[in-house]
Amino acid sequence: MNGYFHSVVLSEDSCKGCTHCIKRCPTEAIRVRDRKASISGERCIDCGECIRVCPYHAQKAVTDDLEDIKKYKYRIALVPPAVHGQFDTGIGLGKILKAVEMLGFDEAYDISPYCDIASAIIQKYYLEEEKITRPAIYSDCPVIIRLIQLRYPDLLENVIPLVSPMEIAARLIKTDTVSKKNFKREDVGVFYLTPCPARVTSVRVLIGLSFAYTDGLISIRKIFGSLSKNLGELQSLEKVEGYEFSGRGLKWGIIGGQSQSIVSKNYLAVDGIENVINVFEELELGKLKNMDFVEAYACTGGCVGGPLLVENAFVAKTRVKHLADTTHSPKLIGKEKVKEFIEAGLFTWTEEIKPKKMVSLDPNIGKAIQKMEKVEEILKKLPGIDCGSCGAPTCRALAEDIVNGRAREVDCVFRLREKINEIDRG
Amino acid sequence: MSTGDMVKLNYSVNIEDFAKAGDISSNTKKVLKKLGIPSDITRRAAIVTYEAEMNIIIHSSGGEIIVNIDTAKIEIIARDYGPGIPDIDRAMQKGYSTASDHVRELGFGAGMGLPNMKRCSDGFLIESQKGKGTTVTSTIHIHN
Repeated sequence: MNGYFHSVVLSEDSCKGCTHCIKRCPTEAIRVRDRKASISGERCIDCGECIRVCPYHAQKAVTDDLEDIKKYKYRIALVPPAVHGQFDTGIGLGKILKAVEMLGFDEAYDISPYCDIASAIIQKYYLEEEKITRPAIYSDCPVIIRLIQLRYPDLLENVIPLVSPMEIAARLIKTDTVSKKNFKREDVGVFYLTPCPARVTSVRVLIGLSFAYTDGLISIRKIFGSLSKNLGELQSLEKVEGYEFSGRGLKWGIIGGQSQSIVSKNYLAVDGIENVINVFEELELGKLKNMDFVEAYACTGGCVGGPLLVENAFVAKTRVKHLADTTHSPKLIGKEKVKEFIEAGLFTWTEEIKPKKMVSLDPNIGKAIQKMEKVEEILKKLPGIDCGSCGAPTCRALAEDIVNGRAREVDCVFRLREKINEIDRG
Repeated sequence: MSTGDMVKLNYSVNIEDFAKAGDISSNTKKVLKKLGIPSDITRRAAIVTYEAEMNIIIHSSGGEIIVNIDTAKIEIIARDYGPGIPDIDRAMQKGYSTASDHVRELGFGAGMGLPNMKRCSDGFLIESQKGKGTTVTSTIHIHN
């Protein structure tokens, strides 16, 4: 894929060459040519909108399998709040963790206490100590960081350079397991149960890091059946104890929860990739300066709306909210501990995040201007109805493709008809 | 080092058309990104067009915005048909605004429009004639 790894891939056999995905892709990364869709590696941000919208399930996510955990002597599962949203709230969080262990893991950990660590670091260091340009943007959503890199590079200075709670958990738990249980580092495998493909990409193509402690990611949808079966077996048990949770941390699974656990006011929480783009447009114009904190998620509802989940996003959201409200929240770690973490550099990005060049018509501005003039010329001849039949999402996108030699004018069915009529008339 | 080639964008702006507010700016930004103009310059041009658009919507009896882009510079010309600015020096002061209460209630008219435009421009010129109209010309150099 031209040197780009993406978790979102296309299965050519299933693709019917329809236009659902090209119209929904927020970065116009998909084209249908010769009746098959193809994704531009350069432009894809792994949001998974195409997976969600494809009626033939031709767009897929590359994730790890349960088989892959066998490569490790000691296997650890990290369970995010989105998992809890898949099941009835009456089951109890402990049983769900137990059911995850029954898949073949030695231990399962809930992510929520590690979300609390992130909340404390953001609140007590980056915001209170004024370590970041306002409004500060933090996103546990890897799509958002890639979107900023690609379309809003000027906002990179507002992004808090803190790793995700997934990595915070992986780092602490792996280090702890190695020292306490006397394993070699490579013997311990940490697997995250993922609601989305973007998270998979985030450990393969690292953002801000040179090394990830998370070893693999398993699609929640893929293990949903086995999990349900395990929960059935646990049905007779009264309650399963021995795991740590935080109500505050559970809220990270739904939009707004992250903000609420960090700041009490002056925050903006936005979900859904199109809505996020609209808010970032405002931010780029220098508006919303009075905001302290911006939280953004590509999926509607937050992580509970991930494309690799089973339950309806709104049902899952309601469940996670209920669980968050009824689960005890331990006190956040103090300033001293936060300082210790920051000084140890354990959870901060080590690599600079560079802007990705938005795909322009030509690397040379002069030539790009000439091409733009041609685009405008061609556009006048196109119908302007953005039907997608040519395989490009809009008439403008087709015109750009034509100028760059990637499509022909007769790919447009309207232009083709006109040409045929011309020939007919002789 | 101009090749003579130029992209020209031409938009008309209607009075009190808040529904379309921001369209010209976001469209201009899209074009600049497609041309591969550096992001900081694109951002400045987007702010200038946005403020120009808002000025015409709020204060004038309608007008137009023309954006000319060549390899050396972006030129943004915002022209309206009145009523003109009686005191340009005051209009350039931060926080000074003649916007109506109605407009302020909508969250606009903070008196930062023209100062913002100037801050983002390399060259900035206001010409105004009472009763006739105002033309604001902003130039932003493209450095590679």
